[in-house]
Amino acid sequence: MNNENHNEHSSHPTNSAYLKIAAILAVITALEVAIFYVEGIPDLVFFAILIVMSVVKFAIVAMYYMHLKFDEAIFTWFFGGGLLLACCVIIALMALFDQL
Amino acid sequence: MEHKEEHTTTTGIDNRKMMIWVFLGSECMFFGSLIATYLIYFGRSLSGPGLEILDIPTTSVSTFVLLMSSFMMVMAYSSIAKGDVKKFRVWIMCTAILGATFLGFQYYEFTEFAHHYHLTPQTNLFGTTFFTLTGFHGAHVTVGVIWLITLFGYSFYRKEDLIRDDALNVDFLALYWHFVDVVWIVIFTVVYLIGVRAAGVG
Repeated sequence: MNNENHNEHSSHPTNSAYLKIAAILAVITALEVAIFYVEGIPDLVFFAILIVMSVVKFAIVAMYYMHLKFDEAIFTWFFGGGLLLACCVIIALMALFDQL
Repeated sequence: MEHKEEHTTTTGIDNRKMMIWVFLGSECMFFGSLIATYLIYFGRSLSGPGLEILDIPTTSVSTFVLLMSSFMMVMAYSSIAKGDVKKFRVWIMCTAILGATFLGFQYYEFTEFAHHYHLTPQTNLFGTTFFTLTGFHGAHVTVGVIWLITLFGYSFYRKEDLIRDDALNVDFLALYWHFVDVVWIVIFTVVYLIGVRAAGVG
């Protein structure tokens, strides 16, 4: 058990990789805020860019910091299932209230 | 040395780890409902202040602080996985400080809204949905900070447990903390950046 867990930990990213990931997250956040202040971008393009950036940040944290990329696939199913249901709830409620 | 009970399931995975992931999945649905409610009532306030009072520069800084706290947390986990309790203590205390800083920003934002703009949860639909969504997130951060400080103290009391249990206790906290971070990533984008732009007040 301990050996298995040791191998599990050794497959996780190194500290320098964690630092690089933090830098990437910081840069994406800075870009998000910078784009917010750029004038002349059509609303739909602006929304699309921000949603994509947000999804990328979410995925990076989930995969590397929460180790979903390296851990058992069943954890991804648990988390992804909840996430999918949440998205469905948001879309269904917005459709019900004519907000889509 | 006291005997530590194994918590494996038929899948061979620790049942406590299964539990924390199921919990986080349910938390996705919880925050999904709150975000849905916020979006449904978006722009439907009949009176009172709205999204024009949101302070993007200040919230950007607090977002950065929470993002960096996730980095500190993963370093704390990495340290304890290697059995380095001293580094673990430093990183986990840094995480707690950044978490508390984020809460300080939120306290400033809430009091600013209440005192300068007279916006409370009772004022209008924006106030109700905004304070409910961000307030529940703040409550989660508060629980996380208390958990961080508790584990920091525990490392002095029973540091062998933290290492022998193969950092599982720290892993649970780390997963919770990163989840709180990803929820804020969504809130910051939807409520602040997209919200202000959609309302045409940015």
